[in-house]
Amino acid sequence: MNKKRRDFLRLAGLGGVVFASGLNRFALGAEGKSYSGAMAEDFYFVQLSDTHWGFSGPPNPEAKSTLKKAVAAVNSLSEQPDFVMFTGDLTHTTDDPKERRKRLAEFRTIVADLKVKQVRFIPGEHDASLDKGEAYQEFFGNTHYTFDHKGIHFIALDNVSDPGSQLGAEQLAWLEGDLKALSKDAKIVVFTHRPLFDLYPQWDWATRDGAKAVELLLPYKNVTVFYGHIHQEHHHMTGHIPHHAAKSLIFPLPLAGSQPKRAPLPWDAAQPFKGLGFREVDAEVKQNKFELKEFPIKEA
Amino acid sequence: MTWQRDTGLWLGLLALLGGGVIGAYVFATPAEQVIKIGSKKFEFIPNQLTLKKGVPVILQFTTQDVMMGFNVPELGLRTDIIPGQVRELHVVPNKIGNFAFVCDVFCGAGHEDMNGMLTVVE
Repeated sequence: MNKKRRDFLRLAGLGGVVFASGLNRFALGAEGKSYSGAMAEDFYFVQLSDTHWGFSGPPNPEAKSTLKKAVAAVNSLSEQPDFVMFTGDLTHTTDDPKERRKRLAEFRTIVADLKVKQVRFIPGEHDASLDKGEAYQEFFGNTHYTFDHKGIHFIALDNVSDPGSQLGAEQLAWLEGDLKALSKDAKIVVFTHRPLFDLYPQWDWATRDGAKAVELLLPYKNVTVFYGHIHQEHHHMTGHIPHHAAKSLIFPLPLAGSQPKRAPLPWDAAQPFKGLGFREVDAEVKQNKFELKEFPIKEA
Repeated sequence: MTWQRDTGLWLGLLALLGGGVIGAYVFATPAEQVIKIGSKKFEFIPNQLTLKKGVPVILQFTTQDVMMGFNVPELGLRTDIIPGQVRELHVVPNKIGNFAFVCDVFCGAGHEDMNGMLTVVE
C-alpha cells in the first residue's frame, strides 16, 4: 500500500484493523513480472461476503440496511479499489425459485451503487445449492472462472452449486488445466465460498473434495485463498498456503465448536452491527506481501 | 477405527466373493441390530443415537422429502440419503465418546440446524 493511502486511512479514522501476521509473501521473478509478463503494480481490492440479502430475523434487525451501509462504506474510501469481490451467499436461501430470483435481482440493484464498476461474484450455498446454480447464473454468469489483474492470476472456484459441497471432478480437471499453464512461481489468488480445508466439518465448514484442490495448488509457491461461509475472520495455513475467511454482512457465527450449535451470535443493541464488516486486501507486489485490513459496519 | 460400508458395495462384494470374511469386514448377520434413522426438512429422527463399543449395527437411512447427507466427521462415517431409497451404513464403533453428526447436503433454509449426536458407550 502506498504511503499516501496509508496516511489517509489513519487520518480518516476509518477503523480498519490490519492483519499483521501470516502474510503471504510473493516471490517475484527476477524481473518482477508475473507469468504473463504484466508489470507488477501495487493495488488493492475489497472482499465482501455473506450478505444474505432477504434474511430477516432477530440476529440482524437491520438486515434491510446492512448491505446498503457496506456499499456506502466502500464508496466512502477516498481511493477506490481496483475491484470488489463478493465471496458468496449474496442472498439468503428460499425454496421458492421466483423469490430466489427476486432476491438476486434486488441484491444486484443495491450493489450497482458501488462506485467501482469492476465487481465480481461467486455463489454461496444459499444462492446456488437448491437449483445447482441455475438462478445465480442467470444474474451473474459463470460460477467458476479466472481473470488476471496487474500480475496476479485470480481463480474463482464454485464449491456450492453441488449441494453436497463438492467442486466435482469436472471443475477439478478445469483447475488442473488452468494451473498447468502457470509457472510454479506465478502469483495466484483463489476465491471460494466454503473453506477448501476441513475447518470444522461438524458444522459443515468444509468442502468434501477441497483437499484435491489444495493438492493441485500446493506445487505453486505463491498462493493465497480468500473465502467466506463461516461469518467471521479466520486465518489458516495448509502447508505454505494461507486461507483467509471474511466477516459476514448479516450476522456473525460463533467460533468453531465453541457452542453446541452453529446458531448466529445474538444482535447486541448496545453495539449494532458488531462482528460484521468487510475486508480490504492490499497487494503490495513490490514488497512481496498482502496486507489485510478489516473494516466494521457502523451505525451512522 | 470404525468400519462402514454402503449396501451397494456390500452386495457387490457378496456377489463377487460368495460370502465369508473380507479383511476387517465381517458380513452382516441377522443378529446385527438395525437402527432406522428417518430424515425430513430439517431434522434427523431420531437425532440422538447411542451405540455400544464393539457391537455391530446397521444404520438405515431414509428421507421423506429431499436429498440429505449424514456425516459423522470424527468417525469417518457418511452417506447420501436419497428420496425413494434406503441407504445403510454398517458400523462397528470402537471409540467411546460423543460425536456430532450433521446433514452435509444443503437442503434449505433450516439446513444449518439439521444435526444430532452419536454417543458410543462401553
